Amino acid sequence: MTIQLDDLHKSFGQKHVLRGFSLEVRDGETLTVLGPSGSGKSVMLKHIVGLLTPDRGQVLVDGQNVGELEMNDLYDLRRKVGYVFQLAALFDSLSVADNVGLGLHRVGGFREDQIRERVRECLHLVDLEGFEDRFPAELSGGQKKRAGLARAIATKPKYLLYDEPTTGLDPLTKAVIDQLILKMRQELGVTGLVITHDMESAYRVSDRIAMLYEGRRRFLGTPDEIRGTEDPVVRAFIEGDPQYLERRETTVEEAS
Amino acid sequence: MTTRLLAPFTWLGSHGLSMTQGLGNWGSLITDTVRALRHVDVWGRLLLPQLARIGVDSIPIALFIATFTGIVLALQASYTFTGAIPLYFVGVLVGKTMIMELGPVLTGLALAGRIGANVAAEIGSMKVTEQIDALETLAYPPNAYLVVPRVLAGVIMFPAVTILAIGMGITSGWVTSLQLLDMSTPQFVRGLTLFFFPFDVWFAIIKATSFGLVVTLVGCFYGFHTTGGAEGVGRSTTKAVVVSSMLILVLDAFWAVLLL
Ligand SMILES: Nc1ncnc2c1ncn2[C@@H]1O[C@H](COP(=O)(O)OP(=O)(O)OP(=O)(O)O)[C@@H](O)[C@H]1O
Ligand SMILES: [Mg+2]
Repeated sequence: MTIQLDDLHKSFGQKHVLRGFSLEVRDGETLTVLGPSGSGKSVMLKHIVGLLTPDRGQVLVDGQNVGELEMNDLYDLRRKVGYVFQLAALFDSLSVADNVGLGLHRVGGFREDQIRERVRECLHLVDLEGFEDRFPAELSGGQKKRAGLARAIATKPKYLLYDEPTTGLDPLTKAVIDQLILKMRQELGVTGLVITHDMESAYRVSDRIAMLYEGRRRFLGTPDEIRGTEDPVVRAFIEGDPQYLERRETTVEEAS
Repeated sequence: MTTRLLAPFTWLGSHGLSMTQGLGNWGSLITDTVRALRHVDVWGRLLLPQLARIGVDSIPIALFIATFTGIVLALQASYTFTGAIPLYFVGVLVGKTMIMELGPVLTGLALAGRIGANVAAEIGSMKVTEQIDALETLAYPPNAYLVVPRVLAGVIMFPAVTILAIGMGITSGWVTSLQLLDMSTPQFVRGLTLFFFPFDVWFAIIKATSFGLVVTLVGCFYGFHTTGGAEGVGRSTTKAVVVSSMLILVLDAFWAVLLL
């Protein structure tokens, strides 16, 4: 019941995005990945459900090598994973209710009224009651994001991958979503991988926090450990203060 | 200097490569789509809306074009035949041309603009906004969800719309003959039936079916290979229309060579 990334390499043309990234998400934990914009966090997440295949290295989910699965096995695996896209990726042509219910149709075995009930329940969880009949074009950015989250949790997946679930939300809604992520883990035993830029959220929801930097894992530890770290790159990032990096550069210069 | 000399070869190399890649992409689109046919549970309930969109909604434009084509055909036939050939040959020309050539081809070209653009733009914008990735994560094979219903709808509805267009073209040719050419209905019908073979209709249906296949597949292909945001969607749309229009003309000649 784990997600394991081993020595992941991925390039797009000349751009070497992942350069040997490794990480293990343990059963039932919520792990957060931090990293500068453009460092490859979303790219990393897409490897887990086989939307991208690594140039080198492997991804194991439930012990299965995602890159080498047959199409049918890959789809079976995807049914166990919920994916919250960074920009929601709602289906334009479907209402919010149909967006959220689509995964349930695919899993099968539900009556229409059961699907409707589950959709209502998920929309309630993300604070979007009454939005069933709206279309994505009629939603604000934050509402889209929450609808995307509702879609990901509708099938009660064992794994949830959240790509910046709280970016662009107001502090209150952010807290609601953080609560939801915690609830997923505590009540449903979901194994979660969260990407975020928001340290407050990261501290709130994470069992462990990792940092992706220059294609590799720069840090891995508990929230307390990251608070106490001496690594200037990590410090600069969590404090939002580039001074740490400059200070290091001057010490390097002085040393040379 | 050497690079100059080698330039043609590098050009050939890179273009040869991209062409092989292109063919490979086409191959996988077609095999994936054929494989996706077995997911009836996925595409089954999506077929009806596509039949309406691709077929029913295209009827007005197809009939519009056919009406004017019928008028022009009747007038040009009578102008060409003046004195030399009996007037009822207007019916021959209107019927034969409408059924075998202009009905299928003009309808095909009009729908290449409408449907090809529509399909490429819709799938292309789904591609660039990660909606296709989202489909994948919900365990929907994109080919079953997007390609199969559109291609089936194209293959079913292009011939249907074409038959309607042919009927409309012949009707407007007939009315024109009555109103502007001093012909009688028996005269027109005599011409219409003189060289008519049932095969002509099959010929039209075969052509229209192949046009439906090509237009929807090309639209899906360029949609799926869209990159680069809204601008990319625009590019794909244009390419889909241009390529499917060209393929319609090539196929038109192909069927003529093969079957006539
Ligand atoms: N399909 C692709 N083709 C080419 N380049 C890509 C593709 N996907 C991502 N990249 C590149 O890979 C790098 C990492 O992108 P990614 O989306 O993973 O960043 P990120 O860490 O998620 O950033 P952000 O925090 O801004 O979302 C970027 O430089 C991006 O341009
Ligand atoms: Mg990202």
